[in-house]
Amino acid sequence: MLDVIGIASRNLLRYGRRTLLTLLLIVIGMVAVLLFIAVSGSFKSMMVGQITDSVLGHVQVHRKGYVASIDSLPLNLNMRPNMLAKIESELDSNTAIAAWSPRIKFGGMFSNFAETTSIRINGIDPAREATTVPLLSGRLQEGDKNAALVERGQIVIPLLLARGMKSQLGDTVVVVATNKDGSVNGKTFVVRGILESISGPGGRDGYIHIEDAREILRMTEDQVSEIVVRLKDFSQLNRVGGQLKAAVEGLTNKEGKPMLEVHDWTQLSPFANIAKMIDLMTLFIKIVLVSIVLVAVMNVMIMAVYERIREIGTIAAIGTPPSRILGLFLAEGLMLGIAGTLAGIVLSLAGIYGINVWQPTFDFGMQKGLVMAPTIAAGDVLTIAALVIVVAIIASLQPAWKASRMDPITALRHV
Amino acid sequence: MSLLSAEKLTKTYRSGDIEVPALKGVDFSIEAAAFVAFVGPSGSGKSTLLNLIGCLDHPTSGTLKVLDTDIATLDRRAAARFRGEHIGFVFQDFNLIPVLTVFENVEYPLRMVQLWPAAKRRAQVLRLLDAVGMADQAHKRPDQISGGQKQRVAVARALVSDPKLVLADEPTANLDSETAHRVLELMKKMRDEFRTTFVFSTHDARIMGEAEVIFTLEDGRLLQGENHA
Repeated sequence: MLDVIGIASRNLLRYGRRTLLTLLLIVIGMVAVLLFIAVSGSFKSMMVGQITDSVLGHVQVHRKGYVASIDSLPLNLNMRPNMLAKIESELDSNTAIAAWSPRIKFGGMFSNFAETTSIRINGIDPAREATTVPLLSGRLQEGDKNAALVERGQIVIPLLLARGMKSQLGDTVVVVATNKDGSVNGKTFVVRGILESISGPGGRDGYIHIEDAREILRMTEDQVSEIVVRLKDFSQLNRVGGQLKAAVEGLTNKEGKPMLEVHDWTQLSPFANIAKMIDLMTLFIKIVLVSIVLVAVMNVMIMAVYERIREIGTIAAIGTPPSRILGLFLAEGLMLGIAGTLAGIVLSLAGIYGINVWQPTFDFGMQKGLVMAPTIAAGDVLTIAALVIVVAIIASLQPAWKASRMDPITALRHV
Repeated sequence: MSLLSAEKLTKTYRSGDIEVPALKGVDFSIEAAAFVAFVGPSGSGKSTLLNLIGCLDHPTSGTLKVLDTDIATLDRRAAARFRGEHIGFVFQDFNLIPVLTVFENVEYPLRMVQLWPAAKRRAQVLRLLDAVGMADQAHKRPDQISGGQKQRVAVARALVSDPKLVLADEPTANLDSETAHRVLELMKKMRDEFRTTFVFSTHDARIMGEAEVIFTLEDGRLLQGENHA
């Protein structure tokens, strides 16, 4: 084997410029793919992390039909205490769930006593919310990030609303809302924090304590609009989400119809479509890479066989077994693939390191000055490297097969 | 016992509906350690016969036995193995591998065909390079040596695996008279030293003069066999 590789490497060096050009194509392809995966993957992870860890959680449970009319935040589709008891039991018994948090969501009017505007409010249990969406307090642009997000009588408002209403920390404001029976109630709050807005549902909501929400809405029982669930391992989303769906949606009313529904973040955030687009583009660029490697290696190997027909005839005549001739040419393709892969990995990692040092910023929707910090998993690098090497071997297969099947007499006569 | 024997050997090439007979019932036998030349004009069947003896082709009919093996029974792989074990080749254009040094070219059959261990290989290659007078050029590449030197290297390569038979197709065609004479002398010396049978195809009078047995081919038939020994 080492002999075959030794001779194959000499043959590659025979046409140094051609080999270098082929390697260059492979390296460019590798660098393009790995940088794209690193940049887009990091962007995706950052956005998904921000959406799930500061707003949506990984999975949400609602009363059946709530998500379909979520824009109107219907109070008549809140979950009743008997439903909550069953859900709590399911959530507490599932060892894959790290935390969960109940929310009461409603739409109301926000007034600073001079002006009034509409606001979407989340009534939360601050302790549970902190463990379920741990990055939420990190979005506080003003206010203490280390204290509980809200205490009773406090409100956290989104940045755009704070700017529009010229509200500042410590200001007293009023929130007025209509409950499900149509009665209007209001309550004064002190602005405790101003929250950076982010793209997607819930990204521009205000937060109050859940007991304050119940008070405004004059709830006589412990209803909630949604339960936000955080998993211990995000990569298990499909499996655990499926388990939860089966368990929770199995809870039925007297008519035998499901009372509740379970959605994971991809069903709740439009960013999931962008994430799918990124995945699709990654797939597309991988296909481009495969094509580049396939065409480049196949071209160089076809040329190599054509230019060495007499040589192939000679080695076949002196008794080289067809399988070893096949091996010689496959080894050339393999070495092209390995050399291109190694160079591609080194340059890509250098590029990723360079971007991390440079720290370019970009804007996305409401978010300004996001820092590009690409990272790439070893698994992705190994997958792409294996892909390139396998494709290089496949590309060499036809020319190598042709060389191994060549009739020595015809080959020796070739001019 | 003869090393090579042919009985009613024919070879016909087909091109569409047209049949071109290259050998028309050839009979001969060659003894071990002989220095034999097949001579005749172009198209007489010399190369066809050498291809058959070298197990590079199959006869259309008749029998050709090389070292008691009927070559018609050998498939592609078996023929390659047989060539690797028993037959050496010297080509008109030397056919050395340009990316390998003189040493590596001679080593090639042991390295890639016979799979000898490195130490044994090295000793054998140096012995052969010494025998053909190319030991001091071992590190050079084919494009750094003369035509005569290339053919010496080719002879060493043909002999390196101790074959019983060496086939040489017009081995002096690309050499000047003096170099050709030296190469022929070398081949004879190798025959004497290694007891190898040398079979040539040629229309070079110099080889004819050196051959101990001459078979004359014309239009696919063997006209005569002369023994000059």
